[in-house]
Amino acid sequence: MPKRHRAHWAYRLVPLALIVSLLASGCGRQYTLLHPAGPVGQTELNLLVLASVAMAVVVIPVWILLAVVLVRFRDNPRHKGSYVPQWQKSKFFEVMLFVIPLIIVTIIAVPTVRKTYALDTLPQQKDPVVIHVTSLDWKWMFQYPAQHIATVNYIKIPVGVPVLFKLTADSPMNTFWVPQLGGMEYTMPGEVLPLWLEANKPGVYMGRSGQFSGRGFVHMVFQVDAVSHTVFNQWVHHVKTTAPQMSLAKYHALVHFGYAGEESFSSYPAGTFPTTSHGFTLTGSSPMVMP
Amino acid sequence: MSQTLSKLAREQELPLEFADYHESIKITGFWIFLTTDLVLFSCLFATFAVMRYDYANGPTPLHLFHMTPLIVETALLLTSSFTCSLAIYQSRRQNKNGALSWLILTILLGMGFVGTEVHEFVSYVNSGATWHQSGFLSAFFTLVGTHGSHVTFGIFWALTLVAQLVQRGITPRTSRKLYTFALYWHFLDIVWVFIFSFVYLSNMTGGKMV
Amino acid sequence: MNQILARLFPPQTRRPDEVVIEFGIIFAMLSLVYLLTRLKKWGWLWREWLTSVDHKKIGIMYLVSALLMLFRGGVDALMIRSQLALPNNHLLPVGQYDELFTTHGTIMIFFMAMPFLFALFNVAVPLMIGARDVAFPRLNAVSFWLFAAGAILFNISFVIGGSPNAGWTAYPPLTELRFNPGVGENYYLVSLLIAGIGTTITGINFMTTILRMRAPGMTLMRMPMFVWTVLVTGALIIFAFPPLTIALLLTLLDRLFGSSFFTLGHGGMPMQFVNLFWLFGHPEVYIVVLPAFGIFSEVVPVFSDKKLFGYPAMVGSVLAITILSYIVWVHHFFTMGAGPSVNAFFGVTTMLIAIPTGVKIFNWVLTMWGGRIRFTVAMLWQLAFIPAFLVAGVTGVLLATVPVDYQMHNSYFLIAHFHLALIGGTVFGVLSGMYYWWPKMFGFMLNERQGKWAFWIFVIGFFVTFVPQYMLGFEGMTRRMYTYPPGLGWGALNMVSTIGAFIQGAGFLVLVYNVLWSMRYGERDVTGDPWNGRTLEWSLPSPAPAYNFATIPLVTHRDEWWEMKQSGRANAYKVKSSAIRPVHMPKRSAMPLFMGISFFVLGFGMVFSWWIIAIVGALGVIASLFLSAFDYNDTEELDPQDIRRSEAALGRLEV
Repeated sequence: MPKRHRAHWAYRLVPLALIVSLLASGCGRQYTLLHPAGPVGQTELNLLVLASVAMAVVVIPVWILLAVVLVRFRDNPRHKGSYVPQWQKSKFFEVMLFVIPLIIVTIIAVPTVRKTYALDTLPQQKDPVVIHVTSLDWKWMFQYPAQHIATVNYIKIPVGVPVLFKLTADSPMNTFWVPQLGGMEYTMPGEVLPLWLEANKPGVYMGRSGQFSGRGFVHMVFQVDAVSHTVFNQWVHHVKTTAPQMSLAKYHALVHFGYAGEESFSSYPAGTFPTTSHGFTLTGSSPMVMP
Repeated sequence: MSQTLSKLAREQELPLEFADYHESIKITGFWIFLTTDLVLFSCLFATFAVMRYDYANGPTPLHLFHMTPLIVETALLLTSSFTCSLAIYQSRRQNKNGALSWLILTILLGMGFVGTEVHEFVSYVNSGATWHQSGFLSAFFTLVGTHGSHVTFGIFWALTLVAQLVQRGITPRTSRKLYTFALYWHFLDIVWVFIFSFVYLSNMTGGKMV
Repeated sequence: MNQILARLFPPQTRRPDEVVIEFGIIFAMLSLVYLLTRLKKWGWLWREWLTSVDHKKIGIMYLVSALLMLFRGGVDALMIRSQLALPNNHLLPVGQYDELFTTHGTIMIFFMAMPFLFALFNVAVPLMIGARDVAFPRLNAVSFWLFAAGAILFNISFVIGGSPNAGWTAYPPLTELRFNPGVGENYYLVSLLIAGIGTTITGINFMTTILRMRAPGMTLMRMPMFVWTVLVTGALIIFAFPPLTIALLLTLLDRLFGSSFFTLGHGGMPMQFVNLFWLFGHPEVYIVVLPAFGIFSEVVPVFSDKKLFGYPAMVGSVLAITILSYIVWVHHFFTMGAGPSVNAFFGVTTMLIAIPTGVKIFNWVLTMWGGRIRFTVAMLWQLAFIPAFLVAGVTGVLLATVPVDYQMHNSYFLIAHFHLALIGGTVFGVLSGMYYWWPKMFGFMLNERQGKWAFWIFVIGFFVTFVPQYMLGFEGMTRRMYTYPPGLGWGALNMVSTIGAFIQGAGFLVLVYNVLWSMRYGERDVTGDPWNGRTLEWSLPSPAPAYNFATIPLVTHRDEWWEMKQSGRANAYKVKSSAIRPVHMPKRSAMPLFMGISFFVLGFGMVFSWWIIAIVGALGVIASLFLSAFDYNDTEELDPQDIRRSEAALGRLEV
């Protein structure tokens, strides 16, 4: 009997070893979420680490406790634990079992609530760049209302400046996600949802959709090119002077099912981005703007 | 021994439908069913509440709703709830013919309600307000229509009850069936009160929820 | 005619693999018909199963269907994993991949997990509370046949008309007609509506049974934990399924009758679908996991030979989870712009669920503390559950941390999280319950040695599959991706995950072998109490006679049967001949089967918008309602003499 149990323990270690080896490989560059390139992503990663550590404090002892119980109290004449079949309550344990998880949850919940509000407010000190994002079947269309230019499937943003994305869809739902800059937000028809991100170092970051939107879903990818402020202004000027205009007919062609490469437009027709919606504002203070 | 006797005596005071153990279980089950139906209607109310301004260039409640059919429908349905209670009262007095007459009157009032509602809906559709037109109209027709189809189902149910009462008289089983039908009917009455106030009245006062 | 054929068999159902499966199904059905005719078993099938209203037999029918659906959903999963094993892989066409993840999710939740649990509800609950049947035996059969109608309807979409392809969550406007022509989504909507009616009835039925039909003396706080969880599951079902019904119904109205609920344009609001769906969806998670908790609360005390630790706390935490489960649904869409106040509220309520769940896990461990743990297969599944569910719970709290969820939403981290929760919780739970109650269902034991092989293979495959998926989440891979380019570093982890999935598949095959082998060679259970059980079902012979209890027991303790054995009344289960009274039993009925068939016809007609067929089906439904309204002859009385005879044959009669 005891021999067989030892064999079980060897098996139990296999997944554990696998987890450890995989965790050890977690430092590679391909783990994009662990290498944020902006304050939003950094905040989210910090919270992730805090919550993981807080919970590990409880979970690892429980695993050890379980292991100890299984060894001590297995049904074996030589086992060490004493048999107490009627033991079914203990005030001390029952109180502790509520209190310990409550403490852990509090440790996680307080910063969660604070960061939830913080990430929903644009930093005040700098003027944001505003980009209107529309997900189409199956491509991304970006409009810069201040610069009045438009792009498809790529954007350029200045480094060190918050970018306010206003998200909508003229298609089934998608999510707008640039993992290295920060979390995602849905694009939904009839709603305009806000999301702000910021890059604090130049680079090219991959963006994609996290919400399945039909057979072309895997083509819902775009590039975010974070560049210095001067390069950004040069690029805007370049697009304004060299790129073609987006006509209404071109917009309707874009809305149609299909794929597209990267495109630039020196202007775009009015009325292609909704002015009213069901959505919430960025501060969350005024819900439900009614038409 | 005396204990069982007193228990029996207590049972005698219970209405017939509760006195029989197996039948009383069915009443418990029916209450739980009514809970699910209540949640069902709540979801439709919630859908109506969030979509009530989505006119999408279609007609608004101010153009659409009129008082007359609304008053007629409400009067018919509320009265039918009263007559339904009288049917239960008569069945508890073991008065088969009394119960039958009140039940038939309930059915007639219910039919009047459904007829008025169908007429109301047809007039909306004829004026061009189909449910394809806007989210508001979809939510309106579905919520009120679901209530109307519940009433229609209730009418057919009551018709089978009439046949069973004629066939078998007032037994623990038929009285239980009558009782559960009455629960259902009163429930639809309550739902109607909410439709009346939240769907019609509050939207007829200029589009603001009271 | 050609048009009809083109609708029934559109191009996407004519792929080579599907044609092979199609012929396989036809062949299997023909051989089944041949076998039944050859063995002259049609009458037996009709009398004993198709028209049965016995909860024990309905439970077995649920179990068989659930295992079949586990196979179908598992094959879907293996095809998904094969497609994802390598970057830029084109093993499957893109459309088929979309269909596979949709059917995989839908089948596993609605047609595998739920019926598997209902199987155990049916088998165990009436026996545990000392009842002769459920409150509404005939409605119980209706529930089963509606589930069967829904499941068959959903599965024929594979070969007739094309499968749904918008994911098991089916967010509009992707399900709208202009983005999703064809009948696939209609199949999804109609079959879930039909199965949902059945599920709602099951919820009502078991709530009523537990509230009204417990044996005398069995107060609420003397009920076995499993019965408690079934009771709250019933409550969850009756509150959770109506929102699903409405969400599906409104989508169906949009598709078939041109209303404008969730459409793009015409004032439609897709967001409302998402709210309604998750108003159902989150309680659903607890519908499938709370009964598993209940099973563990039965298995752990039995195989630790010790009382359940902290029974009142266990009841309290089940109730707390039930209530909390209704105020967390927004955590499925923090990223839909509900604003920080709403998000913060729902994030915190979600984290609060960790507290009662943690209490339960501690209580199971403390139940083992001071016991004598027997490592049976049922117990092993429970022991694998604890670490798996801890990981699932921890990652769940991470996902409830709103800013973190912005990064994790819809990524493979989420996929890994809910697979660990649903397989580690529900599947391990139902398999534990299956091994535990199997002798009670069939009268023979499943071979323990083979069961352990199946267990270890499956559990190792399980971790190998899903741990890499957490890593993939950190690498930014999102769910439902048909393929991915090389160079993102996703290839190796996906390959490992695929290998793990095939190991799980091998584990399932060993489990099937275990069942088939044991059917032929398995040890008979002659005592009725093979595990040294604690609750009333083990005081009965295996399998229990049709009337369950010859005399209804009087309950005085929580673990009634164990207390009886402890106090030396080992023969207490013997029945006094004079105490046996006539027993009222429900009569078997063809109405539930007819109702199921009618719903199937109605659903099929609706899927294709062939209204004549739909009306025929609807008339069938109305006819079965009408006939049962006038059927007053639905119970029969068992002669005490017959009961005496059968109890004597079981050696349980005390003269």
